[in-house]
Amino acid sequence: MERYSRSIGTLSGPEIEKLHAARVAVVGCGGLGGYVLEMLGRMGVGHLTAIDGDVFEESNLNRQLLSETALLGTSKAVAAKKRMEKVNPEVFVTALHERFSAENAKTLLDIHDVIVDALDNIETRRLLQNVAEELHIPLVHGAIGGWYGQVTVILPGDRTLDRLYRGNQQNGVEKKQGNPSFTPALAAAAQAAETIKLLTGRGELLRNRVLRIDLLEQEYSVIEL
Amino acid sequence: MKIEVRLFATLREGRTKVLKQEVPEGTAVFTVVDSLKIPRQDVSILLVNGRHGSFESIFQEGDILSLFPPVGGG
Repeated sequence: MERYSRSIGTLSGPEIEKLHAARVAVVGCGGLGGYVLEMLGRMGVGHLTAIDGDVFEESNLNRQLLSETALLGTSKAVAAKKRMEKVNPEVFVTALHERFSAENAKTLLDIHDVIVDALDNIETRRLLQNVAEELHIPLVHGAIGGWYGQVTVILPGDRTLDRLYRGNQQNGVEKKQGNPSFTPALAAAAQAAETIKLLTGRGELLRNRVLRIDLLEQEYSVIEL
Repeated sequence: MKIEVRLFATLREGRTKVLKQEVPEGTAVFTVVDSLKIPRQDVSILLVNGRHGSFESIFQEGDILSLFPPVGGG
């Protein structure tokens, strides 16, 4: 257990054991997903399912942890598996090079303890909320755009996204603001912490509350929804 | 009556963080949002006194309206 010796204190030995037995699906292996997978794998979450139908493009290199110049044109999900083999071979990563859709959603996500929303568009996030609810699996939502981000935990029945994306919003500020390197890293860290809390039962979840991040003004607000 | 509008993230661009306004009794939230030229699809979280509100909410004296834009990227 030397590998996890510096995790002790933050978590207890039995809690770390619990993580080894846990199954987490990360939907999207881009800006948010790459960091979430890295952090969960290093904490020793035993089974990670990395879902993404995309291949790396040059425009990903400014922020996506899994992207490398040499990997342009190759699968993001497969990159997640290969990286974890180097970082923590004790973690079993299932790489699913498939676009998450209404047709395959349930098959891809069944039998997980937690689902992480690391998608890049609002429409697919709504679908993911529906599927997570149907499967009775907690969902850890994260989204970013420019200097701004948000994170919340959605338990079945909460339907928090309905309050975060009122009406028929399709796009957020990212369409004009782009996505830099630092905002996904910070939002992903909050998502990883919430995932670990769900798996261990520790602390107070960001449930029915949303963390809004503003890195331009360094303002962090937790809003009751 | 007096109300306060707090804008967040990109909604501050070309505007300001906090606006104190004088509005007539019975004024709805959308009237103020429209007067600030903020398109409704640019508002994701809308709070009145820190609680989930709507564009149709009617202002009471001293209300604080907070508006956040959507973020959807990853």
